[in-house]
Amino acid sequence: MDKIAVKMTVNGNTVEELVEPRMLLIHFLREQLNLTGPHIGCETSHCGACTVDLDGRSVKSCTIFACQADGGDVLTIEGVKGADGGLHPLQEGFMMEHGLQCGFCTPGMITRAHRLLQENPNPSEAEIRAGISGNLCRCTGYQNIVKAVRYAAERMNAQQEAAE
Amino acid sequence: MNDAAELTVEEREATLGGIGSARKRKEDARFIRGQGNFVDDVKLPGMVFGDFVRSPYAHAKIKSIDTSAALAVPGVAAVVTAKDLEPLGLHWMPTLAGDVAAVLADKKVHFQNQEVAFVVGVDRYAVADGILAVEVEYEDLPVLVDPKKALDKDAPILREDVVDKDTVGQGPRRHPNHIFTWEVGDADATEAAFAGAAVTVKEDILYPRSHPSPMETCGCVASMDATNGVLTVYGTFQAPHVIRTVVSLITGLAESKIRIISPDVGGGFGNKVGAYPGYICAAAASIVTGLPVKWIESRMDNLSATAFARDYHMTGELAADADGKITAVRATVLADHGAFNTHAQPMKWPAGFFNIVTGSYDIPVGHVKVDGVYTNKAPGGVAYRCSFRVTEAAYLIERLIDALAQKTGIDKAEIRFKNFVQPEQFPYDSSLGWEYDSGDYPAALKKALAAVDYDGLRKEQAEKAAKGELMGIGIATFTEIVGAGPTRNCDIVGLGMFDSCEIRVHPTGSAIVRLGTKSQGQGHETTFAQIVATEIGLPSEDIVVEEGDTDTAPYGLGTYGSRSTPVAGAAAAVAARKIKAKAQKIAAHLLEVGEDDLEWEVDRFKVKGLPEKAATMKEIAMAAYSNIPEGMEHGLETTSYYDPPNFTYPFGAYICVVDIDRFTGEIKVRSFYALDDCGTRINPMVIEGQVHGGLTEAFAISMGQELVFDEMGNILGASLQDYFIPTAVETPEWETDFTVTPSPHHPIGAKGVGESPNVGGVPAFTNAVVDAFAQHGVTHMPMPHTTWRVWQTIDELGLNK
Repeated sequence: MDKIAVKMTVNGNTVEELVEPRMLLIHFLREQLNLTGPHIGCETSHCGACTVDLDGRSVKSCTIFACQADGGDVLTIEGVKGADGGLHPLQEGFMMEHGLQCGFCTPGMITRAHRLLQENPNPSEAEIRAGISGNLCRCTGYQNIVKAVRYAAERMNAQQEAAE
Repeated sequence: MNDAAELTVEEREATLGGIGSARKRKEDARFIRGQGNFVDDVKLPGMVFGDFVRSPYAHAKIKSIDTSAALAVPGVAAVVTAKDLEPLGLHWMPTLAGDVAAVLADKKVHFQNQEVAFVVGVDRYAVADGILAVEVEYEDLPVLVDPKKALDKDAPILREDVVDKDTVGQGPRRHPNHIFTWEVGDADATEAAFAGAAVTVKEDILYPRSHPSPMETCGCVASMDATNGVLTVYGTFQAPHVIRTVVSLITGLAESKIRIISPDVGGGFGNKVGAYPGYICAAAASIVTGLPVKWIESRMDNLSATAFARDYHMTGELAADADGKITAVRATVLADHGAFNTHAQPMKWPAGFFNIVTGSYDIPVGHVKVDGVYTNKAPGGVAYRCSFRVTEAAYLIERLIDALAQKTGIDKAEIRFKNFVQPEQFPYDSSLGWEYDSGDYPAALKKALAAVDYDGLRKEQAEKAAKGELMGIGIATFTEIVGAGPTRNCDIVGLGMFDSCEIRVHPTGSAIVRLGTKSQGQGHETTFAQIVATEIGLPSEDIVVEEGDTDTAPYGLGTYGSRSTPVAGAAAAVAARKIKAKAQKIAAHLLEVGEDDLEWEVDRFKVKGLPEKAATMKEIAMAAYSNIPEGMEHGLETTSYYDPPNFTYPFGAYICVVDIDRFTGEIKVRSFYALDDCGTRINPMVIEGQVHGGLTEAFAISMGQELVFDEMGNILGASLQDYFIPTAVETPEWETDFTVTPSPHHPIGAKGVGESPNVGGVPAFTNAVVDAFAQHGVTHMPMPHTTWRVWQTIDELGLNK
């Protein structure tokens, strides 16, 4: 199959690659760019393990073609970082609140929560639950994930206040 | 020889981060950064991909397979069929249950989505194209879906390969579709108890076919190195060492030429115990092509072809005296094992430990009979987050005791108190053959009732009932049996179910610990380090835990059935004690006193009566490599293979409260309180996490998970569109609590906890739902309790009028 050229920003870096038009974004990220943080859990956009950020929205990269991201700005878990380049408050929160066990859903979950906190910097528990409902986890029962997101929101809001 | 004497004993103990510490998890650092290493992340030079052509029919003859068009597809390197595997003897494989299973369909298919051919190509896309181009001609055969019809005279015969065999590995059989009959207990005495009983109850209870469905599906990368003949397989293996032995037995390769590596595993829940055709085909394809071959299951393949769980059609009966004291239990079970008997149980236990069906109750006599049958469905029968068939048994007894309460008019908590095995009865010999190690069931239930204000809830329920509202209170007081197991009665392919731990202490006082188990999210890197830290007095931060590589880890039977803590955890403690024994000799040498003059304190040996004279474990570690007593060998390392003297018996008291909308049938879980007693608690944070996860899986099973088939054997809804995995929105809030009754025979008193919440959670949910309808004479409602089903019950009873 003839390949086409795509150009996009991934985690702040410009990438230019040739892809088959039918190549899924998740395969492009994982196979071609070696960004294996986002995972494949269902291929039907239900589980959210493949969640990445595309142009300021959470997308399930298993049901979008790489060529649809042409010209776009993509963020994967590998690009999620704290202000100082260290751990993002979400990453810290997941560790401190025991928001993960096997770790397979975690990259998608954190990447989704990262966008959620930009959409709503101070979400209630119910808003967090609704906000991450496109991401499935079989290990944690979500309770500690909700706490982890709250942990991050509080840290980030405190940082924000301190900066103002 | 005294360092940092300023720290108090308590401070030194806290520094260790040992048993009881809620230390944060070591493994998190890589997962939160997306740096985990799961099998699909493994990339080897020259690697190709493989995937299956699967059968659209549940039962059909294969008339022909034409691979020519597929081989012409750009990028397709090979198409493997049963014919190609036959010369290697790999077209069928032995199962862990003594049966055989087709690797690739040989002349006929036995279930929908069965593996028919394996297409190998340069990438997933080429392989997908190739799969579409393989032409298979089928001739469909009559399909057997209902296990209740499996033993009919005119039932279609499924397994023509074993039609003449009078056994398929687990005792005599009486029909071509019959696999085994397993009986335990005293049938006559049980019958006599029922004949003389003041009260009896009987319920038909189905535990439907469900699937563990971990977030990561199954997969592997197989790589045969032609230069040295070593086959390396990275894969989703809960039991890597067993897989190595099985691969060796199947292929004839020396075990030393097989290296099995379980990298990070994205959840298992029983799904990743067995050996699947994908592993065999990838290995065979790598041997043939000389290239590394990756096979990764899709979600649909996972749900429809790799091991399912449950599918127990049970009839349960209790006999009791007029006061509600149980006098006998009887269970008759039809087990649907699908097309091949691939269930993963210790081999002598064709129905697992189902004879734990006496539960937490002192029942003088009982009888269990289980028949296993073939049907045209995927094979399996694994323990989905429970010990072997224990969730089925716990569900049955916890449902039956509620039915007995309803029949006798005794409160559902009260009837449990009446029948509990009492604390002074331990060790308790059950009438069905188990020796329960320890427990305090009344204390657990008392604490639970007080925590939820049980009396207040019952009062509220009565008030609501008077207004026609539906509120249910579900109690489950379950007992698990975990930690398989004692080698005298537990083996897999003849291998005793011990487990192992190797500890190597480095000169400067840090250590590496390797075990025969394999974490799939349980946090072994964190918790096993804690056990060793407390035992040998080195900080858990300085103890690295490794599992999953058969070239480096000591042989063990793997992680499932809540066996890691009871068996490998025990091995870790015993190995650590061997280290400590040698350390004591070195300390005596360093301090120039006799061994008996020393006493252990947190992280050092002290001279009795001279507390300032001490040698810390750190100092001893260095001395082990530099200054040892005469006649001693250098180094500070050891291995322990631990054969547990008994199982452990975790237990708990769960209470669930539901409100049901009497117009829509919607169930709202108002609260769920879970008290677990898993003996000594190693890491409270990890335990709480395990309980949350297990309860969520129990919620999924009881409220929505079911693999459904139509009359043609088509699996309906094998995707996450239809197969219920709760999101954060549906999942209730969990309240956890605990009591501590240590196991008397485990070195640190720990019992294991990962599966208790599934075992106790499922009956708690159903008991709550049925309890809401108890006032209307309902004694059982089949799982899963979907809104539609509950609405039907409401409508039949006219409660929505």
